[in-house]
Amino acid sequence: MKDYRPVVYAAFCVLLLLAPFFLNAYWVDVLNNVGLYAILGLSLNIILGHAGLFHMGHAAFYAMGAYTTAIINTTYQIPVLWLMPISGLVAGVLALVIARPIIHLRGDYLLIVTIGLVEITRIALVNNIFGITGGSNGIFGISRPEIFGFRIRRPEHFFFLIWGFAAVTVFLFHRLENSRFGRALNYLREDETAAEGSGINTAHYKLIAFVVGAVWAGMAGNIFAAKMTIIAPESFNFWESVILFMIVLLGGRGSIPGVILGAFLIAGLPELFRQFASARMLIFGAIMIAMMIFRTEGILPPRPRRYPAPASGGGEGAS
Amino acid sequence: MSLLQLQNLTKRFGGLVAVDDVSFEVPQGAIVGLIGPNGAGKTTVFNLITGNYRPDQGDILFEGRSIRKLPTHKIVALGIARTFQTIRLFPKMSVLENVLAGCHCRTHAGAVAAMLRLPFQKREEAAALAEAHAELAFTGIEHYADQVAENLSYGNQRLLEVARALASRPRFIILDEPAGGMNDFETAALIRIIRRIRERGITVLLIEHDMNLVMEACEHLVVLENGANIAEGTPAQIQADERVIEAYLGVEED
Ligand SMILES: Nc1ncnc2c1ncn2[C@@H]1O[C@H](COP(=O)(O)OP(=O)(O)O)[C@@H](O)[C@H]1O
Ligand SMILES: [Mg+2]
Repeated sequence: MKDYRPVVYAAFCVLLLLAPFFLNAYWVDVLNNVGLYAILGLSLNIILGHAGLFHMGHAAFYAMGAYTTAIINTTYQIPVLWLMPISGLVAGVLALVIARPIIHLRGDYLLIVTIGLVEITRIALVNNIFGITGGSNGIFGISRPEIFGFRIRRPEHFFFLIWGFAAVTVFLFHRLENSRFGRALNYLREDETAAEGSGINTAHYKLIAFVVGAVWAGMAGNIFAAKMTIIAPESFNFWESVILFMIVLLGGRGSIPGVILGAFLIAGLPELFRQFASARMLIFGAIMIAMMIFRTEGILPPRPRRYPAPASGGGEGAS
Repeated sequence: MSLLQLQNLTKRFGGLVAVDDVSFEVPQGAIVGLIGPNGAGKTTVFNLITGNYRPDQGDILFEGRSIRKLPTHKIVALGIARTFQTIRLFPKMSVLENVLAGCHCRTHAGAVAAMLRLPFQKREEAAALAEAHAELAFTGIEHYADQVAENLSYGNQRLLEVARALASRPRFIILDEPAGGMNDFETAALIRIIRRIRERGITVLLIEHDMNLVMEACEHLVVLENGANIAEGTPAQIQADERVIEAYLGVEED
């Protein structure tokens, strides 16, 4: 059978690139949200999809990144985009501290603890922790990002920032998947005992999966803060984590195209059915249930990795 | 000096003493068999060696160094590789990727090196692939490299576990019932592979129920019964040992 995925992907990219020139501001903004969810979904995919860790608190890392940007920008007027690596770093370091004691938990236990994590984060933000998060009103007056003196403020400007970052993410995460690191995450997902018994430091890889996922969520938080100029705890609630979880599960755990499709379906599709606002969650739930029964691997499950054929002449007598 | 020394190992599960004051040594370069009836504690001994369980008493020395407190992956890195009695592959991954798991502890590239595709990362990946293919060839399953592991026959899954273990470049390999579920033809091939493993300078300790395999492949046997080490010696000595015949071999002749 002919593989026409490259054609489909190319067509998708062209359509997406042209979209802001034809759509109105409202729909461009919808695409921007989809893009942010795609980036977040891809970052959660490292943890949930590849390492198989049931992490339902990803919004917490997103919040940490967004608040880092908001606080530093509004207090010290440091340009927002400069704060992107710092936001990633802060989320990553916090992930390291938070994940260390909980990564040995299995499946459902980890799920419960990570739900706790996102709630604790939200409540801490509401209670104006350290007096710097602005309580339930949040933080406003975050400045717009600038690239080489160009001020990003309109939705179509943000479109290129967000989807540009998504493209970089896809590029880097594709490499990550197809590497010793990516395989190690899959080994521990498939059979932790066998992975450890093959010489893989499973605790270390779980931790690093969390850190990589959190760094990316933190950077996505930076873009979110810049886009909104106002952030509040309610943007990072438990439901947000559930949506990200669903994006990965629906699209296909461990599959980059799957997660992007999942972001479109879960963050984009409901916008098309606005008029059925009350019924859309019902339809949604029904689809999710059907998926879990009939297509447990997601809509676009990952394809097997491909390796170069062995050099001829190799063979007998390994040493 | 022996490669591996077990000193007065004891392991209890609740009230059950699964391993009871067991001591034996595995000399460098030998093929040693660990035999005994079902439930004698053989697999538990293996799990103690590889750090899956912690002994309640006693010590385990590998090349003179205690490994009793090390985590499993560090024990593998020191040069001890194992296979599992109940096959434990990565069932949804390819045969090649299963073997690459063994290469993991001899390579270093991390997440950042992977994202940047640094030159050392590419070299390392190519070398690991070549090594994985070589181990598949060594165990005679190279034709299945691209297949999903769970689709292999039972016998080939066992060989794949051996290939994965060898890919970690061990100095000592422990095989838990490697012939379990194999037919006579596959078992004969396995015996040849075990001998060739030893020719590579790797010491072998194996648990086996198939007495023909044990008598043919091993030069030294250790017999466990109810967690205790009841006899030790050459296959000929063991076959003549009263207690062993009573405890174990006799059962087969009924
Ligand atoms: N994790 C465990 N928890 C409780 N009992 C165990 C465990 N592992 C093994 N046992 C018990 O220890 C004894 C020895 O088991 P095992 O080492 O698997 O025997 P063998 O491999 O010689 O057949 C058996 O009675 C078994 O039920
Ligand atoms: Mg056993």
